[in-house]
Amino acid sequence: MTRDPGYNFAYLDESTKRMIRRAILKGVAIPGHQVPFGAREMPLPYGWGTGGIQVTAAVIGPADVLKVIDQGADDTTNAVSIRAFFRRVAGVATTERTAEATVIQTRHRIPERALTENQILVYQVPMPEPLFRLEARIAETKRMHALADYGLMHVKLYEDIARHGHIATSYNYPVMVNGRYLMSPSPIPAFDNPKMDRMPALQLFGAGREKRIYAVPPYTSVRSLDFEDHPFRPIRAPHACTLCGARDSYLDEVLTDDRGGRIFVCSDTDHCAERQASREAAE
Amino acid sequence: MSNALLSARGLVLRFGRIAALDGVDLDIWPGEVVAIVGESGSGKTTLLRALSGLVRPEAGSVTYAGQDVLAMGEAARRDLMRREWGFVHQNPRDGLRMGVSAGGNIGERLMAVGARHYGNIRAEATAWLQRVEIDPDRLDALPRTFSGGMQQRLQIARTLVTRPRLVFMDEPTGGLDVSVQARLLDLIRALVAELGLAVLIVTHDIAAARLLAHRIVVMRHGRVVEEGLTDRVLDDPQHPYTQLLVASVLAA
Repeated sequence: MTRDPGYNFAYLDESTKRMIRRAILKGVAIPGHQVPFGAREMPLPYGWGTGGIQVTAAVIGPADVLKVIDQGADDTTNAVSIRAFFRRVAGVATTERTAEATVIQTRHRIPERALTENQILVYQVPMPEPLFRLEARIAETKRMHALADYGLMHVKLYEDIARHGHIATSYNYPVMVNGRYLMSPSPIPAFDNPKMDRMPALQLFGAGREKRIYAVPPYTSVRSLDFEDHPFRPIRAPHACTLCGARDSYLDEVLTDDRGGRIFVCSDTDHCAERQASREAAE
Repeated sequence: MSNALLSARGLVLRFGRIAALDGVDLDIWPGEVVAIVGESGSGKTTLLRALSGLVRPEAGSVTYAGQDVLAMGEAARRDLMRREWGFVHQNPRDGLRMGVSAGGNIGERLMAVGARHYGNIRAEATAWLQRVEIDPDRLDALPRTFSGGMQQRLQIARTLVTRPRLVFMDEPTGGLDVSVQARLLDLIRALVAELGLAVLIVTHDIAAARLLAHRIVVMRHGRVVEEGLTDRVLDDPQHPYTQLLVASVLAA
């Protein structure tokens, strides 16, 4: 794959990439801590992954293989555009196979296949501050992080149980990283939270509009907050995938007609395709 | 003097040319209720804020149970604020989270000090609602649906749930009508006696001070002009300003 010679490798200039790498290193050194960085204007709108794309640009090398997923799918607009972007500005190989990728940029999902030490998972983060809806003052949230003063987050969970009878937060479920920092896992479903715990792959989080980077190094403890008598439960639709029959993957509900017809399919398209292929091979 | 719970020496704080605190000394012993009285602008509230670490005085020292409060880091001070101290604001809106249910408000301090059992937190919150005479059925109601007096009682429940040793109260009965004030004062008096709290209460209501306090400190222009047992100060005021203050109380 040849890259467009009109751009520096991976779009950003070298000093910007160094600035982002410094933020990433600091983030890795303090797991879960939000590090401010000078986010650049990127050729896509805020909310489409400007933070993730900058982190990817800073860590990707010519030998890397990039996979981009949006809500688990490889074939959605955002995923296709970002893959095309890096093919053009970095000339890197891209893939839809989780197993073959070395860098995976994701919006709102963690792949079903367990990741390895040779992979980096880059999350696109709309709002890095987990206390954002509870405490409006950023200066105060910073102080709360500094002092590990996280009682307020439990007040939110308490209110959930008092109102709904269970913790009703089904995505963006707050986690404690390394027993110290409260972290927003970006809006992944709570179903994916357990995959973050002691994951062998490096996890990097980029928030472009909010100009924050944070990280979870490999094999770091990531614990979902809960109560002793209301333990954390990963939630998934109680169905099997219509296409591959999986009963253990995260499902999307898809409407099929205007008369109430609906099916449940795996949100991770690569996982689903792999299972369908192996089932056909077995037949 | 050495076994005082909280003691302040030589507190000075100026706002521009105005001396809000001008060399204030104060001691509070465990289980004692001390009222600070004085007119508006006499430095009562500033003294409360300086003692509780909310503002930093320019000079002087504050010692709590042998620790230097002003030298303490913010983490240690917040921990003290959560476990050992309580602060009841004049306006319950400053002390409550208005968007969080009554139970959540009471539970916040418990969760901040590590309570992680929903059932226990809820049971404790229910018990405290009963203690401050709020119907336990209102456990999941938002404070904004409460009356002013109920909000103030809820704030007291939220403050006392972790059983602090020292509570600062800034005009807790201000802005309430007279019958509600009387009920609130009664409640505070009962809880203070039951829990053996030390309380530093700021008020301009001499009657409230007489009802609650063991000792009275009279402030004027940032100085303590008179100090002594409640009945002594109110029945036999020595300083001309205290005499004026006591004489200006309206008899019903």
